[in-house]
Amino acid sequence: MKLETIVAPALVLAAFFAVWELFCWVADVSYTLLPPPSAIFVAIIEYREILFMHASQTLLEAILGLVWAICLGVGVAVLLFSMPRARAGIYPLLVLSQTIPIIALAPLLLIWFGFDLVPKVTIVVLYCFFPIAIATFDALSSTDENAVDFLKSMRASRYQALLFVYVPSALPAFFSGLRIAVTYAIAGAIVGEFVGAYKGLGIFMLTSANSHAIVLVFAALFVTVFLTLGLLAIVFLLERMLMPWKRV
Amino acid sequence: MSAARLVVKGLSKTYADVPVLSDISLTVRDGEFASIIGPNASGKSTLLKICAGVRVPTEGVVECEKPAYMPQDHALLPWRTVLENLYLPSDVAGIPRARVRTKITDLLQEFGLAQYADFYPAALSGGTRQKIALLRTVLQNNSLLLLDEPFASLDALTRTEAHRWLQTLVQKSRASVLLVTHDIREALFLSDTIYVLGGRPSCLREVFTVPFPRPRTHAQLLEGEALALENKLFALLSETV
Repeated sequence: MKLETIVAPALVLAAFFAVWELFCWVADVSYTLLPPPSAIFVAIIEYREILFMHASQTLLEAILGLVWAICLGVGVAVLLFSMPRARAGIYPLLVLSQTIPIIALAPLLLIWFGFDLVPKVTIVVLYCFFPIAIATFDALSSTDENAVDFLKSMRASRYQALLFVYVPSALPAFFSGLRIAVTYAIAGAIVGEFVGAYKGLGIFMLTSANSHAIVLVFAALFVTVFLTLGLLAIVFLLERMLMPWKRV
Repeated sequence: MSAARLVVKGLSKTYADVPVLSDISLTVRDGEFASIIGPNASGKSTLLKICAGVRVPTEGVVECEKPAYMPQDHALLPWRTVLENLYLPSDVAGIPRARVRTKITDLLQEFGLAQYADFYPAALSGGTRQKIALLRTVLQNNSLLLLDEPFASLDALTRTEAHRWLQTLVQKSRASVLLVTHDIREALFLSDTIYVLGGRPSCLREVFTVPFPRPRTHAQLLEGEALALENKLFALLSETV
């Protein structure tokens, strides 16, 4: 990664925070409306133990949801790809399912599965499954026909074709889908927590807002961004490890 | 007469009710270099794919032992290094890499490609990629090579060098070859026999024997009999378009 790809957005972000900070001081904005970034960072340090406890819960829900979404997404993609008849029946329904607002399902999931992990993980799965499934399916469908023919000419088995050609060929698109899914994962878990939870950043934000502790809402928001960036960094590292040929 | 390595009898192919190939018959004998030339979309690649066993003919039969097939556009796997691409045939056949390692490194050395062993295909020039793909085809240890326009994407100079390189490679491996090309000079330089496809659906229009001794040079193709043969092939191809 080139230095400028980190430095340029960091400078823009620093300028944004500076303007925000300046605005709060000059306009004398109330802390209960819009706290300055410095106050938010102080709050993060002060409330680090509570934030850590809630963030751990949200992260757990997000990671569990992501793992399930990857398994389901890849599984469905392989099923659709290898069974054209199933594809004709399932693919349109899959697209149609995305028109349902997931946030509207959250109260139902709460009624069905209670306040524990399951409804939040399910919401994360619902958010993350689609980009992974569609990206992987499209990649499998557009595998280089010449490479497949070459394998066939050597009388390779279906398993060998999958292992040697289809899977590595689909990896870049899978990671594109995963990157989108990761950005949804933490937000999905927080949506689930908004509706009902014992702990997690979502419920922490809600209770903080209800008690007019806006600085803590922002603190939780910043932690959410850090968590998402952390997950994205892990995906980025995995991409570099598993696809060294992409760096050529 | 030497033994036949590939026999195609009465082969026809129809795609979605559109006939593409009609009643093709040809034979490639032991050590023979045969080429199929024809205009674009004349079904040359389809014919080769059927011979390679990756497509099924509508009618007719193909008799050969498992051939080594090189598809269009080299089909090197971008996620494998040159060395790993060369291991692919043995990986598919379930042969331990240790058993073919020496052979592969010797071949790379012999053909001046050893320095690219750890390169990914994306880092290679077009000509080098084609050479690696040809080596991978030869490494399948089969006596019949089916090559689908291996040099179509190369510039004229690189192609000329690649022709000489392939000529040496085939002589050393003693393989029989069926090459698909739309380049008349390429066919004349490399082949013992040239099959001309044409018409709709494509059928075999004519068979030419190339009488020039080996090893050949490209300068030979610019004089006398070779030039006359080239003109004849060009006229025939023009008729078939």
